[in-house]
This record gives sequence, structure tokens and C-alpha cells, in this order.
Amino acid sequence: MEYQAPPFFKTGPTPLARLLIFSALSLALLVTDARLDYLAPLRQIVAVILYPLQRIASAPASIARRASNFFVTHSSLRADNARLATENFSNARLLQELKALQAENARLRALIGARERFGVTAAAAEVVYAARDPFSRKIVVDKGARDDVKAGQAVVDERGLVGQVTRVYPWLSEVTLVTDKSHFVPVQNLRNGLRAVLSGTGSEDTLELRFISINADHRNGDELVTSGIGGVYPPGLPVARVSHVERNATQLFARITCTPLAGVSSHTRLLLLGLERELPPRPAEEPKTRGSKKKLRKR
Amino acid sequence: MAHARPAPQEILLPAKTGYIALTLIAALLVNLLPWSGYGLWIKPDFVALVVLYWCVEQPRKMGFVAAWLLGMFMDVADGTLFGQHALAYIILAYAGIVLHRRVRMFAVTPQALHIIPLLLLNDLIIVIVRMLAGADFPGWHYFIGSFVAGALWPPLSALLKIPLRPKPDPFHV
Repeated sequence: MEYQAPPFFKTGPTPLARLLIFSALSLALLVTDARLDYLAPLRQIVAVILYPLQRIASAPASIARRASNFFVTHSSLRADNARLATENFSNARLLQELKALQAENARLRALIGARERFGVTAAAAEVVYAARDPFSRKIVVDKGARDDVKAGQAVVDERGLVGQVTRVYPWLSEVTLVTDKSHFVPVQNLRNGLRAVLSGTGSEDTLELRFISINADHRNGDELVTSGIGGVYPPGLPVARVSHVERNATQLFARITCTPLAGVSSHTRLLLLGLERELPPRPAEEPKTRGSKKKLRKR
Repeated sequence: MAHARPAPQEILLPAKTGYIALTLIAALLVNLLPWSGYGLWIKPDFVALVVLYWCVEQPRKMGFVAAWLLGMFMDVADGTLFGQHALAYIILAYAGIVLHRRVRMFAVTPQALHIIPLLLLNDLIIVIVRMLAGADFPGWHYFIGSFVAGALWPPLSALLKIPLRPKPDPFHV
């Protein structure tokens, strides 16, 4: 008979057993989060617990920013003021033109019977921190579900498109930048209206137009704006400028790299845009006869 | 060949659970600071470092549950996959607890040489998980933080030991 001496101290399961239990738990969480969408409520709960810590951690930077705002020199204020006055003056002229053009556009659209363009609402938000995940490009801003932010809103700064709201917490929300590898924007070339899909590359300040045939008319310096197709982004937001076009006759597609127009990696204040009107519902698929359905399935 | 002599062991007060929790929360706070640019490159994972410290110093007090919960917090704060940091911290805690007798034989500076591979393992787990989930390799600079953490080990252990030193007896002559 084999006896094991009773342990002197109660220690619970061995470290190896605990390692296996918790690793299995973590792996289960990983798979659930990567493949399924069940963990959003859990994430919300942890985010609420974490929120005070996040605010405390971001407090020194915001205090420093406010302090440096307070200690500005008279001359820099004057220079700023002069610059803003001239900008305002030139913008006022453009605004007047815009109003006239909008009225004209509305008249013309009414004449040809086209739909009105979508109205866009905007809410300002400040960047709390850039997420520290080196595998993705995300920032966290200080507006959340409490301020009616919804996932899918476009985020812009004063120069162009920055990204899209992808996760909304009660007081914060997470914005995926256009430079993230998994981020795609439907765009069109401002010069000739060519449509394309702009994708991030994961590296800072580089975007890419993929799968564009080598004879497509994209040139260096072309500006790309959102096309509004897909209904996520309002049409006409500047996104990027073509910086390099490489056409290799041995390859099917051209390599077109672009640089984002917005300060994607440097900003503290952003606008969250929301489309005022819902898209029309997708047209219902034509009813198919049974025979054709079966054929489709067989394929 | 000269044998490495075991480091003189200091007798410290037992660490209270509250103190350990406080240092872990402080590490989480430091991780949550708005790091950016090159700071982000060299930033060590302070939570991993402090978890490892307590696993080595107080393996009976620092548990897997705490490491796992901290991992969950880091996952939400970074907006990463749920369980990625948790898995890495669990394995780190296990390594720390298994190796604590060996690591504590050494003086503080050679201890750092044990710490760096463990933290690199921590990074490697996260890289593997993310690459399995479809991300690109982030570049070798991702591992710089662990070497910085190794350099921070001696000052950190000196700092965390300050409240654990026994106070000199005022009645002792």
C-alpha cells in the first residue's frame, strides 16, 4: 500500500495545476473574443472599473497642457490672433460662396429629382491617450455612450479623416485610425472621380490603394476624398494624398502609397461626425424560384 | 574557478496584502499614462515587472488570480483581445513562482539577468497570440521594453523594499 504523507501546510492546488486552469480560461476568452461577439458586456464592466484609473493616469498630461496654455506670451497670442483673423477673413468669403453653392445645388438636385445630401452632425472630443497596443492603430477619446457616441461614426480633425469609432464605453470610446491594418475607407480621386478602397498598412503615415490595375489614372499628388459609398463616411471628406505610384509591367496591380492628410498620429482635439439620416434600406433580393436556389446551393 | 557566493539575505518584514495590491495598482497607473512616440518604444510593461517581483519575493502572497485580473484590465485598457495579457501574465507568474528560490540566491544585478528572459517570454506570448489572430509582426523594437525593464529591476526592488525594512528599535542602545 502506498501512502502519501499529509501535507504540513495547506497550499491548495500546485502552481502547475493553477497555471493550466488559468491558461485554459485565458485561451477560452481569447478564442471567444476573436471569433464570437459575446464578451462586449464583460468588456464594458471592466472598462467602468478601470475608468477612474484611466482618468487619474491621463490627468498629469492634461494638467500640463492646461498649464502651458495658461503661460502663453503676449506676442504669441498676438501672432495667433492675427493669423486667425486673416484665416477667418478668407474662410468667410468661402462660406458665402458655399451658401450660394448649396442653394444652387439644392435647386439643381430638385430639378433632376435627386435625393438630398445627408446632413452631418458633429461633436468635439479630446484624445485621452493613444492605445499602447503596437499591433493596431487606435486612440481613445473622452466621449462615450453617455454623449450619444455610436460605433461607426467617422472621426475627423481640421485637415481630414482620422478614423472611425469602433468601440463605445460609457464615458470613453475607441477610435481605429485610418492607418490601422484592418481599416478600409471607400474613397474617390478628387481629380477624376475614380473610385477605390483605401486601406491602412499598420505603419504610421502610410496608406495603400490595393488592387488597382496598372493603367488606372492615379498620379502623385492626387487628393483622395471619401466617396460616401457604404454609408459610414459622409462623402467629400479629405483622406489622403497619393505620394508614390509604382507601375511594374510584370505585376497585375500598381503599388500606390498615400499619406494621410489629417494629423493621424498627432492631435488632441477631434470631431465625431454622425450622419443625420439613415441610408435607404437595401433593396430586397428578388424572390428566386426553388430550382434556381437549389442550383446555387449546389455550386 | 570562483563560485558565485550567495547574496547576503536581508531579513524584511512580511509584505502586507494591501501593500502588494497598492504597488500593483500603481504599476497599472504607470502603464496607463499617455505614452507616445519613442516613450512607447522603450516603455517596459510595469505591471509585468511588478507581478514578477512579487512572485519572486512573496510567492505565497502573489497569486495567479491577481495576475489574471491585471491581465484583463490591461486588455481592456489597450483595446486588445480579451485574455492576451492575462495569458502572458499567468505564464509569467508561474515562471516567477517556480524560479523564486533560484532567483533569490543571487544579488540584485544578476537577478536582472534572470528577469529579462522571463519578460521576453511574456512579450513573445503576446506576439504569438496576436500573430495567430492575424496581426503583423510589430518589429524587433517591441522587445526593447523588456531590456529596459531588466535595467529597472535593481532600482525597483530597492524601492519596493523600503517599507519592508524593519524600523530601528528606539529603545535599543
